[in-house]
Amino acid sequence: MLADIFINPFVDMFAAPDFLLQVLWEGLVSGILYALIALGFVLIFRSSRIFNFAQGIMVVFAALTLVGLHAYGIPAWIAVALTLGVMFVLAVTIERVVLRPLVGQPDIILFMATIGITLFLIGFGETIFGGENKVMISEELGIPTGDTVLEPWGGLLILQHLDITVVVVATLLVGALLAFLNYTRMGRAIRALGDDHQAALSVGISLQTIWVLVWFIAGIIALVTGIAWGARAGVSFALEVIAYKALPVLMLGGLESITGAIVGGLMIGILEKLFEIYWGQPLLGGNTETWFAFVLALIVLLFRPQGLFGERIIERV
Amino acid sequence: MLYRTSGQFKTSYQADQALFPVRQDAFLLGIILILAWVVFPLTASEFTFQAILIPVLIFSLASLGLNILTGFAGQLSLGTGAFMGVGAYACYKMVTLMPWMNPIVAILLSGVFSAGVGVLFGIPSLRIKGFYLAIATLAAQFFLVWLFEKWAWLYNYNASGAIQVPNLDIFGLYVAGPLASSTTQYYVVLVVVTLLTLLCINLTRGNLGRTWKATRDMDIAAELIGINLLKSKLLAFAVSSYVVGVAGALYVFLWKGAAEPNVFDIPLSFQVLFIAIIGGLGSILGNYLGAILIVGLPVVLNLLPALLGIPIDSAMVEHLNIMIVGGLIVFFLIVEPHGLAQLWRLIREKLIIWPFPH
Repeated sequence: MLADIFINPFVDMFAAPDFLLQVLWEGLVSGILYALIALGFVLIFRSSRIFNFAQGIMVVFAALTLVGLHAYGIPAWIAVALTLGVMFVLAVTIERVVLRPLVGQPDIILFMATIGITLFLIGFGETIFGGENKVMISEELGIPTGDTVLEPWGGLLILQHLDITVVVVATLLVGALLAFLNYTRMGRAIRALGDDHQAALSVGISLQTIWVLVWFIAGIIALVTGIAWGARAGVSFALEVIAYKALPVLMLGGLESITGAIVGGLMIGILEKLFEIYWGQPLLGGNTETWFAFVLALIVLLFRPQGLFGERIIERV
Repeated sequence: MLYRTSGQFKTSYQADQALFPVRQDAFLLGIILILAWVVFPLTASEFTFQAILIPVLIFSLASLGLNILTGFAGQLSLGTGAFMGVGAYACYKMVTLMPWMNPIVAILLSGVFSAGVGVLFGIPSLRIKGFYLAIATLAAQFFLVWLFEKWAWLYNYNASGAIQVPNLDIFGLYVAGPLASSTTQYYVVLVVVTLLTLLCINLTRGNLGRTWKATRDMDIAAELIGINLLKSKLLAFAVSSYVVGVAGALYVFLWKGAAEPNVFDIPLSFQVLFIAIIGGLGSILGNYLGAILIVGLPVVLNLLPALLGIPIDSAMVEHLNIMIVGGLIVFFLIVEPHGLAQLWRLIREKLIIWPFPH
């Protein structure tokens, strides 16, 4: 039993390094998507202290809108543009209808409101586009299919072109986002708001504009994630499980930290895959991916209650 | 006029702290109890029992449990569904291992197991706070549901992987399983819910309840005035999980009749959380009001199209339901963030001074 836990998995890893690489690669791909979702979340949390539970459902909603619009006969790229428009309208609507009347309420009320938004979006999306499983329009969007087979150490490593595209696009998006946050006026305003609300307001930064902006950015991220995940697994509200995956990422990385979201996402993506393949399936009957990330984050949190990169929590009486 | 508190003098601290310091409140509760104990069971149809009365009671109880943890002790939990599951599975194991056991005793005992699991998952709350804790309770949610699926011993190695409620009787009267009548089931649920509500009311207004409220308002300050946080938080987890576990056992044994692991998945947790929040955190009455709204609304929405003669297929109704519930949650939060209980409190204040505005 002990050998099964502490020795055999590592023996397996060294016996088949090509398979290990394959596992690491798949973990990396899902990790980068987790990181993306977590990033949208962190932006909203930093600028408004809202724990946005709807982030995951926005992913599904964006993908569903895109596929649904295309099904009405709109060309793929115009559908993408229209979906972005829908996400913008959504951001404005949420800010106007939900957030503005709730300014200053306790955190938990705002959190509940985002769960309300989640339900509303699920119902709305299903009413308009139907609840059945759909196929992402990968071909029309020019997402490459097929795969490259590498043979490291005489083994076999299959890299789906789709996955490679996902990694490249996600990395570019994260890079663009970081550049936006660090080098543009708007980006600096977002960060200022994250550091200190009142100070930011007093130098003339508009709270409402920034809120719409961060929700819109979260919408863009949601669309990209939705396309990527939809191409891998189909578009349906079952995708919302990935929404829950972003939560342990946040816990691990810290709710306020952009670096934390990225590092946490990659860590969780890779570690949960490793655990599932080498420990979960042989010892625990598999499907451990549903809870592993949460338990890992919980353990890390016991040692660092603010996450790996979160702001130090200072409590005063 | 009807709600005059003048003339009802209190001459001792005890009288002032009584459960019903105002006569009208006791009178109102009496009416509700007569309705619940006599009028509803006599008049309700099979459909009303199964679709409204029984689920409203069970969900109020679950929400009451969550409210003790979140509303009174201030520890946000998203794992309610899983703790309900622990109660249900514990009850199932008990009645199948010990068929001679009185089912009501089994249901009440099953809460003990979920209390144990609750305390275990409550230990991190001593270090982790706020939203971090909320996500940490999700670990319990996902881990436990996974365990219900994978640990075959829990469901007696059924091929289906689901638990099926056997016929259970007390002195020859069937209370659970396919043979039990809805009226009996309703009364069993009502007895359990009434007992636990009474227990919770008294716990929350006693010494322990004040300790919880101090912990909720600011745990460091509470610690400084000499409250043992370890005891306070873990007791909150224990009591809350006990109530939630009993609600879970009732949910499967006296309402659903059978359950698969995914019944206890996260939507159930959220449904209970909605009830607690819409009803009002930190209130006992709110749980009932919230449950009536959240359980009753979909039933009404399902019946509406047929009543109005609008032809909509059932899938569409389902989707519209989710949308409307989501919208209403946001609406209620905006109108009254402190929940329906606060709404009643305001109405009551107005009634007391009526017809004068102040």
